[in-house]
Amino acid sequence: MTFITSYHIFIKEFVSEFRTRYALNALLMFVVTTLSIILFSIGKESPTQDILSGTLWIVIFFSAMSGLSRTFVAEEERGTSMTLRLLVNSSSVYIGKLFYNFILILVLSVIIGISYLLFIKEFTVKSFDIFWMTIFLGSAGLASASTILAAIIAKANTKGTLFPVLAFPILLPLLLTCINATKLSTEGAFMSEAVKEFQILISFTVVMVATSFLVFDFVWKD
Amino acid sequence: MKMWLKISVSVWITGIIIAGIAFPMVRGPHTWYEFPFIPGLEEKARNIIFHVPISWATVVAFIMSMYYGSMYLRKKDMDYDLRSVSSASLGLLLCVLATLTGAVWAKFNWGSFWNWDPRQTSIFILLLIYGAYFVLRSAIDEEERRATLSSVYSIIAGVTVPFFIFVMPRIMSGLHPGSLGDEQGKGPVLEFKMATNMLMVFFASLIGFTVLYFWMYTLKVRLMRIERHVQQITETE
Amino acid sequence: MKKLTFKSENISKLYNRKIIFEKISFLLNEGTAFAVTGKNGSGKSTLVKILCGVLTPTKGLIEFTVDGKLVPYPDYYPHIGLVSPYLNLYEEFSAEENLSFIMKVRSLGSESVQRAEMLLHEFGIYDHRKKEVKYYSSGMKQRLKYCAALLHEPSVLVLDEPSSNLDQYGIEAVRKFMKIQKQNGILIFATNDKDDLEFADTVYSVENGKR
Repeated sequence: MTFITSYHIFIKEFVSEFRTRYALNALLMFVVTTLSIILFSIGKESPTQDILSGTLWIVIFFSAMSGLSRTFVAEEERGTSMTLRLLVNSSSVYIGKLFYNFILILVLSVIIGISYLLFIKEFTVKSFDIFWMTIFLGSAGLASASTILAAIIAKANTKGTLFPVLAFPILLPLLLTCINATKLSTEGAFMSEAVKEFQILISFTVVMVATSFLVFDFVWKD
Repeated sequence: MKMWLKISVSVWITGIIIAGIAFPMVRGPHTWYEFPFIPGLEEKARNIIFHVPISWATVVAFIMSMYYGSMYLRKKDMDYDLRSVSSASLGLLLCVLATLTGAVWAKFNWGSFWNWDPRQTSIFILLLIYGAYFVLRSAIDEEERRATLSSVYSIIAGVTVPFFIFVMPRIMSGLHPGSLGDEQGKGPVLEFKMATNMLMVFFASLIGFTVLYFWMYTLKVRLMRIERHVQQITETE
Repeated sequence: MKKLTFKSENISKLYNRKIIFEKISFLLNEGTAFAVTGKNGSGKSTLVKILCGVLTPTKGLIEFTVDGKLVPYPDYYPHIGLVSPYLNLYEEFSAEENLSFIMKVRSLGSESVQRAEMLLHEFGIYDHRKKEVKYYSSGMKQRLKYCAALLHEPSVLVLDEPSSNLDQYGIEAVRKFMKIQKQNGILIFATNDKDDLEFADTVYSVENGKR
C-alpha cells in the first residue's frame, strides 16, 4: 500500500521534472560549467590522481546540493505540500522522494563520471568496477542524507544557502570515503581491496535512511 | 546547584589549574607533587590536563543537546528545546576551546597549528555541525518549527558521528596517540602510562570539567527561562 | 450513511507564545453544517488547518470517529476533503492528470473515474480538462479544487472561504455540493459571507486574541 503510493509519487516527480525542467537544465549547465573550469585551471599542468579524484567528488557534491533540494522546496513554494499531506501518509512521501532523488543524482553523477573520463586525459581509471561501484553507492549515500535535509530546508525561511551548510558536515565521511575509493580505482586496485570502503558507504546509506524514516514524520507534519 | 557544591567545584578546578601549571616536571620524580618528564612531550604534556577534559565535555554537551532534542520531539514541550539549545551553545564554546588548546599543542609538538589529523578533523566537523545547527535555528521564525527542525538536524548529525571514528583513521594518517600513523606504536600517552599522581590530576580534571559543564548548563537554562518569561510579559502588555 | 462524530475539546493555538485563539470546543455529528466566522486575522484558517490535521494545536484534543472507530490524529486525510486558498494543485499537470494522480495515491477504485467526470461536468470545467492548470483562471482553479476535494466522497468536507474567486455559476455548483455534504456527512466551513452562513446549523465565532 505504502509502496504503491510511493511509486505514484516517484512517477509524479519525474513527469513534473520533465515538464518544468526545474532542476535538470540548470544541473546540466552546472556540470558543464564546473568541468570546464576544472579543465581551464588544469591547463598544461599534470595534476595527480589524488587531486583529480577529489575534484570529481567536489563537482558531484555541489551539483547534488544545487539540485536535490528542489523536490521539497518546489512543493513548499508552489503551495502543494499541504495538498500532498492531505492525500498520503508521510512514509510514502519520503520513500517516493528518496528514490526520485537517488535516480536524479545517479544519472547526474554517471554523466559527470563519463565526461570526466572523456575530457580529463590525466584521469586514468584502471579498475572500472570500483569506479562505477563508487559512483553508484556514493549517489545512494548522497540521496539518503539530502532527502531529509531538503525536507528540513523547505520549512526554513531562507532556503538558498542553507543546504550546503547543513549537508557538508554530515556528508563529509561519505565524500572522504568516495574520494578514497576513487583513488583506489585509479591505482588499479582489486575489488577486494575496496570492500571496506563499500561497507562504509552502504552502512552510511542504511543508517541515514533508517534515521530519516523515523524522524521524517516530525519534519513533514510540522 | 547547592552552595557547598558550587564552592567545592570552584576549589576543585582551582586546584587542578594550579597542579596542572605549577607542578614541576623532573626526571625521576621523588615527591608527590613532581610529574615525570616525558621525552618528546616535555612541559607540553601539561596540556593533557586541560585539552582532553574540555574535548570530553564538548562531546557530553553534544550528546545532551541531542538527547533533549529527541525529548522535545516526543513531548513537544518547549522547555526541552530550551535545554537542548543551552547545551548546544555551551558545546559550541567548549568546542572552540578544545580546538584552540589542541591547535596550540599541535603547533609546539607537531610543528603547525593544523595538521588534518583524524581527531583534529573530527573536532573541526563537530564545530561545523554546531555552526550549521545555529545557522538553521536563525533561519526559522516560528518557535515550534525551529525546535522541531533543529532537533531533527541534531539527530541526523549525531548518527553520522560514529562514521568519523571509523572513516577518518582509514583516510589519513594520524598524529594523535593511538592512531594508525603513530610510529612509536601506542604513542606517548598510552606508552608512558601517566604516573599515578598525574593520572589522578587528569581524572580529577575530567570530573571537574564535567561538573563545571553541568553547573554552567543549569545556569544557562535558568537564564534562558527567565529571558523567555520576561519576553512573554512584555509581549502581553 | 456513516455514523460520525467530530469533537474539539478546548483547543488553543499559540504562535511564538502569542495566543491566536483559545479554548475552542464543539461536538459535531453526521448531517450537520458548522460555520466558523471571525474578522480577518482571527485565526479562522489556522483553526481549519488544525481540524484537518495539517497543523497541531498547542493545547487541547481533537477526536474524530467513523462508525464508532477513533481515527488517529492527525492522519485524517482519508476522510477529509479540504478546499482552501492556500492549497494548490500541480500547475504543470492538466485537470485530468491531477485528478488521476489523486485517485492513484488514494487508491480509489475504477468507479471514481466516473465520479471525476461527473464532478468536472458539474463544475463546468469538463471541456478544459486536458489543459494544464497553469493556464487556468483563478475561478477555474477554485472549481478544480472542489473536484479534487470531493473525489473520494469525504466524510468531512472542510471549506475555507467557499465562494472566493467564483462566479454565479460556480457558487451555485458549490452550494449544491454543500447541501449534499450536509445530508451525507459533516460540513465545516470558514466564511464571512452572509449567504454562506445560511447553510450553517451552528455558527462559531472566533474572537481575536481575547482572554
